[in-house]
Amino acid sequence: MKQLGELLIQQEAFSEIMMGNSAVVRAMVEEGTRVVTAYPGSPTPEIGGAIMSIQEEQRPFYFEFSVNEKVATEVAFGASVNGHLSTVFKSVGLNVAADSFVQLPLMELVGGMVIIIGDDPGANSSQNEQDNRHYARMAYCPVFEPGDPQEVYEMYRDAAKLSKEMKMPVILRLSTHICHAKARVSFGPYEPREASREPRFDPENGPYIPLTEKALRMKRRALEKLDRVAEYAENSPLNRLDDNGNKRMGVVAGGLPYYSLLDVLFGASTRPDIFKLAMSYPLPRQRLAEFCRSHDEVLVLEELDPIIEGELKAIAFDEGISVKICGKGEREDLIGEYKPAKTRRILSRRWPQLLPAEEEQSAATELAVPERPPQMCPGCGHRSAFHAIKRVIKKDIISVADIGCHTLGALPPYNMGQVLLCMGHSNGTGSGLSLFNDSRNVITFIGDSTFFHAGLPGVANSVYNDHNITLIILLNDTTAMTGHQDHPGTGKTTHAGVGQKIKVRSVLEGLGVKHIGETDTYNQKRLGELLKEAMEIEGFTAVIARHPCMLKFTRERRRAGHTIQTQAAIDQETCNQIHHCVGLFACPSFVRHPGGQVTVNQDLCIGDGSCLQTCPVNAIELKKVDEQ
Amino acid sequence: MSEQINIYLCGVGGQGIGLLSEAVLRAYDHAGCQVRGVDTHGLAQRGGIVRSHIRVGEGVFSPLNEPGRVDIVLALERTEALRGARDYLRPGGLLVYYDAYWQALPIRLGEAEDVTGSDIELLAGRQKLRVERVYRSDLADPRTQNMALLSHAVSGGYLPGLKAPHVKAALQDLLPEKLYEKNVVFLE
Repeated sequence: MKQLGELLIQQEAFSEIMMGNSAVVRAMVEEGTRVVTAYPGSPTPEIGGAIMSIQEEQRPFYFEFSVNEKVATEVAFGASVNGHLSTVFKSVGLNVAADSFVQLPLMELVGGMVIIIGDDPGANSSQNEQDNRHYARMAYCPVFEPGDPQEVYEMYRDAAKLSKEMKMPVILRLSTHICHAKARVSFGPYEPREASREPRFDPENGPYIPLTEKALRMKRRALEKLDRVAEYAENSPLNRLDDNGNKRMGVVAGGLPYYSLLDVLFGASTRPDIFKLAMSYPLPRQRLAEFCRSHDEVLVLEELDPIIEGELKAIAFDEGISVKICGKGEREDLIGEYKPAKTRRILSRRWPQLLPAEEEQSAATELAVPERPPQMCPGCGHRSAFHAIKRVIKKDIISVADIGCHTLGALPPYNMGQVLLCMGHSNGTGSGLSLFNDSRNVITFIGDSTFFHAGLPGVANSVYNDHNITLIILLNDTTAMTGHQDHPGTGKTTHAGVGQKIKVRSVLEGLGVKHIGETDTYNQKRLGELLKEAMEIEGFTAVIARHPCMLKFTRERRRAGHTIQTQAAIDQETCNQIHHCVGLFACPSFVRHPGGQVTVNQDLCIGDGSCLQTCPVNAIELKKVDEQ
Repeated sequence: MSEQINIYLCGVGGQGIGLLSEAVLRAYDHAGCQVRGVDTHGLAQRGGIVRSHIRVGEGVFSPLNEPGRVDIVLALERTEALRGARDYLRPGGLLVYYDAYWQALPIRLGEAEDVTGSDIELLAGRQKLRVERVYRSDLADPRTQNMALLSHAVSGGYLPGLKAPHVKAALQDLLPEKLYEKNVVFLE
């Protein structure tokens, strides 16, 4: 078996099939990165997985999962002003880190700093598909945009070098299908270097305190740096022309859209000239002007917002160039990824003769297939919690969702969690919903990792301002949705073994929460009673509903050599076909047959038994696997 | 190999699409082909639809397939075989699926009807698809369904250019020795 961790620190140059998220770790190693921080979130959590595949004692840098993106950014910043090349990687939304992030380009980052952003056009696994290139412009921070795993590796190296030279942060902007794309990547050699342990922080390198007139001085310095980066972009071979000898049609594209474009153009008899843009900020102004000058029409292929399109039009206007520049033709062009199919449509709309005509969509698409939304896993403690909660609440209750596996409670048949903004919003939003509201109870949900990430201020606010809501903390001892990363509540870290375990209950008590109920969610009756009790109390109350993540638990058991001994079975003679198990509790292990009979899918049942208590006639039993 | 082969793989989260997809991708690499691919990660893996794309040959730049242009759909579950073939397969394309059946939520809630083999036949008739159903009643562990499907696809010659040794080499890259032994028997 090839060990990813060994490959990533191999000293000889090599090539290997790798996903973008792994390839970037090799680039970190080769560039001598010293500190890497992150909060897990799709589409980038596999970067952390790849890092942790390197044995800790062999890992050439420090890596931590921080409690949130803002803290991760600050840790990386602190390391950088101490002289270490640092990297922070985050999922969509620089939002949590924004307060710190916008200050970074004002600072003299003596060690350099690369910010890896995993944007999510298409909102594949995010609450929106915001275009983070806006942030780069707001903060004067350069942006590299690779389009495949090879470029991810190469451009991290370029970004790191530029960052160190300019002493400013540089963004490496990835997106979902670049992070997860797999291809053979060629890597360079790795020469381990003696790493200095000397703290190099010196206020003289600053100023680092942006007070009064210093803030403007620091902005001036950031703008000067940006001018130098613009010159770099102008001369960089990464921004390049694919010259197809077409003086009429030109396309400007980078990232994933560039590769989609090459794909749909394969075999085409006429090909537009292509300006491959590796840096989307700052733009290579002179070269783009020249590209505009030498073509009749220029099409900008960029996902999400028309940022390059707008700037290119401004360049052409300023330079007095007569060229037709097009980009976003209709509203749908601002939505979703530019995969090959969409790129083909946009290209054909602009230049109808360029590509062979689309074949008519066949009648096949009319065939209906049942939807398959994601589900909580068999045995999931959240399912027991939602089932128990649903039985004791009034119909008109207002329930506020948050982000985590428990967000799935919002789907049928539970419909628990009716409104969602972002990580950690639930308690604040719930507090607002409780104002001028004497009739409808408000309950809010949060998971343990999110509790530490952004939930704490909301709890403090509810205690301080005495809001009448009940917070339900769904505690599963991991960050389940992004692949089981640890968090302060587990006490395990990504480095140096065991950290200090912070108990959610102690935090609540410390914050002054007076009424706290706590139970394992498998005790559904008890959970229902605790919730009823909590909701009857005027003011802020909390219920801790705990059960370990069963996906993680069963995987660990399997790896330790254990097999599933018992599984649920339905006694068909006792069963009255009430369908609470399959229709209300709705564990995916239950199968409903056309005649109304219910059975258990043995590929799925883990034998947890949490379903037994849901049957009014006790028709569900646990049976030894070999007796079934 | 000068021709492109576009493959779409699908199933339900938890079925082992990830290993199947990585094995096919690496097998093509071992066969000396240029290959690109991409998998679903994240929330969809929790009992939702899991999809992978594999694209082989010259002129492949994007890892993503276009709907209606795929040559081969490899599916690990009946409902997803139907969905994958409907959305991605070109007319005349090939569907190879393992006939596991993980009932989708609307059916369990009593809001939709079961998907059956005749749904797949209906689609195949309309689109002139070739269909290979794989099912083995002798599998001790449902987590080996992916290997049963892969071995059928390779031995039947349904994955052009791939031979058993390429797949074995791929599995050797991916699995620790014990698991390799458990999985490679399907290719013997």
